[in-house]
Amino acid sequence: MSANVATAAQAASSPDDKAAISVKDLRKCFGDHEVLKGISLEAHKGDVISILGSSGSGKSTMLRCINLLETPDSGEVRVDGELIKMKQSRDGHQMPADIRQVERIRANLAMVFQSFNLWSHMTVLENLVAAPTHVLKRPRAECLEQAEALLKRVGIWERRNYYPPHMSGGQQQRAAIARALAMNPKVMLFDEPTSALDPELVGEVLRVMRSLAEEGRTMLVVTHEMGFARDVSSKVMFLHKGEVDTVGEPKEMFARPPTPQFKQFIANFNK
Amino acid sequence: MEFLSDLKDQVSTAYELLAAGWGVQLLWGIGWTLAVTVVSMLIGAVLGSLVAAAKLSYRGGLRFIGESYTTVFRGEPELLIIYLFYYGGTQVLTGVARSTGSIGSTDILNMPSFLGGVLAVGIISGAYQAEVFRGSFLAIHRGELEAARAYGMSAWLRFRLVIMPQVLRLAVPGLGNVWQLTIKDSALISVTGVAELMLTANKAARSTHHSLLFYTVAGILYLVMTSISTPIFEKAERYTSRSFTRPK
Repeated sequence: MSANVATAAQAASSPDDKAAISVKDLRKCFGDHEVLKGISLEAHKGDVISILGSSGSGKSTMLRCINLLETPDSGEVRVDGELIKMKQSRDGHQMPADIRQVERIRANLAMVFQSFNLWSHMTVLENLVAAPTHVLKRPRAECLEQAEALLKRVGIWERRNYYPPHMSGGQQQRAAIARALAMNPKVMLFDEPTSALDPELVGEVLRVMRSLAEEGRTMLVVTHEMGFARDVSSKVMFLHKGEVDTVGEPKEMFARPPTPQFKQFIANFNK
Repeated sequence: MEFLSDLKDQVSTAYELLAAGWGVQLLWGIGWTLAVTVVSMLIGAVLGSLVAAAKLSYRGGLRFIGESYTTVFRGEPELLIIYLFYYGGTQVLTGVARSTGSIGSTDILNMPSFLGGVLAVGIISGAYQAEVFRGSFLAIHRGELEAARAYGMSAWLRFRLVIMPQVLRLAVPGLGNVWQLTIKDSALISVTGVAELMLTANKAARSTHHSLLFYTVAGILYLVMTSISTPIFEKAERYTSRSFTRPK
């Protein structure tokens, strides 16, 4: 009981209630390997934050800790000021205290995956209405109407009755972005959305993401697309070996890399 | 020529015997065989999905129970399981009924033969179905389950919207095999006295002394049942895997 009171007090006195996402001192180990060594991050409404880092830097793990696809070992995550409540399991690990709360928060944090992860037994249209009707319990007719509009927007309305395995990677990823938009999410999480695509299909996905950024969506984007990070995002965060190496304004950071690690990182990309 | 006339005699005897009532009895036998198979498959589907879930559980105790179930019921002779359920069931029922005074101390309460039979065959079928369901679950693309979690679906919604439809799709070919096994296992419950095809053929063969005729006819009927089910399952497979085959 006392733990709950403390949590409520913390939530009320949170330093920044306005942050869409606030992550504090996130730590995560896989076995002996410490992947996240105390990461903090704040995203405000309308922010587009690109999260960069070489493979193994912990950037995907960090993103997956925000919607609890991975359970952080310690640290706190707030969405719209609301703290995700955690408790200790019997074996001493942290786990979500209230799975209902986690499910409710996840529905506000639509995720786009590297390997699309569309539900392969549903048509594209069914993929778009499944979660809005069943999780958000919105009327089906309204969801269908919105789904068709979103598919038009990402340019694959003609494929609305296709099953995902019958479409190209670029089309699948655009469908997955539409599925995320159908949740009317507060924040969109992109986990290397173009890394599994053939090079000629990357552009069509990036164009959709750019248009989302331009309409003021709050986005956290783990990516290897330096062009997107530099030109589209409002903030760049560079992770190195599980720690935040540097955070800053993109144009400035790319023009004058503030740390040797970041300089090395972009140099490797330009090779 | 003598051979031909002999054959002609055989055929006309066969016709007479079947027309004299054995034909109708054999048809009833088919009906009971299908009833036993369908009910056993359903019992097996319920048990099989529970056992598959236990085998996939992260709790060691549940996994042990699941493993033991499939090891025991796939590893024992079917006939032994049927005897165990039928005669063992009778013994247990009688014991309980006697101790509660529902029947006299020398009376016997028989296990109903249909119930005992379908329980035994259903439990065996469940062991095979558990393996089919487990394999199907493992074949689901992990990312799709992760997406279901990421979109806020509860465990029940994930099961209903993502896991169950895909498990069913992937399980159809395997279930076709189990269906065939179960049709054949149903013949064994003739020992409990259910008048299914095997028992009927047996009865006919013994009372008419035309073993060759009736066992051959029964054999053909079993073959018809198992081979008709093959195209039905293939059709089901085409339907359930439509999202993976190119649209025409």
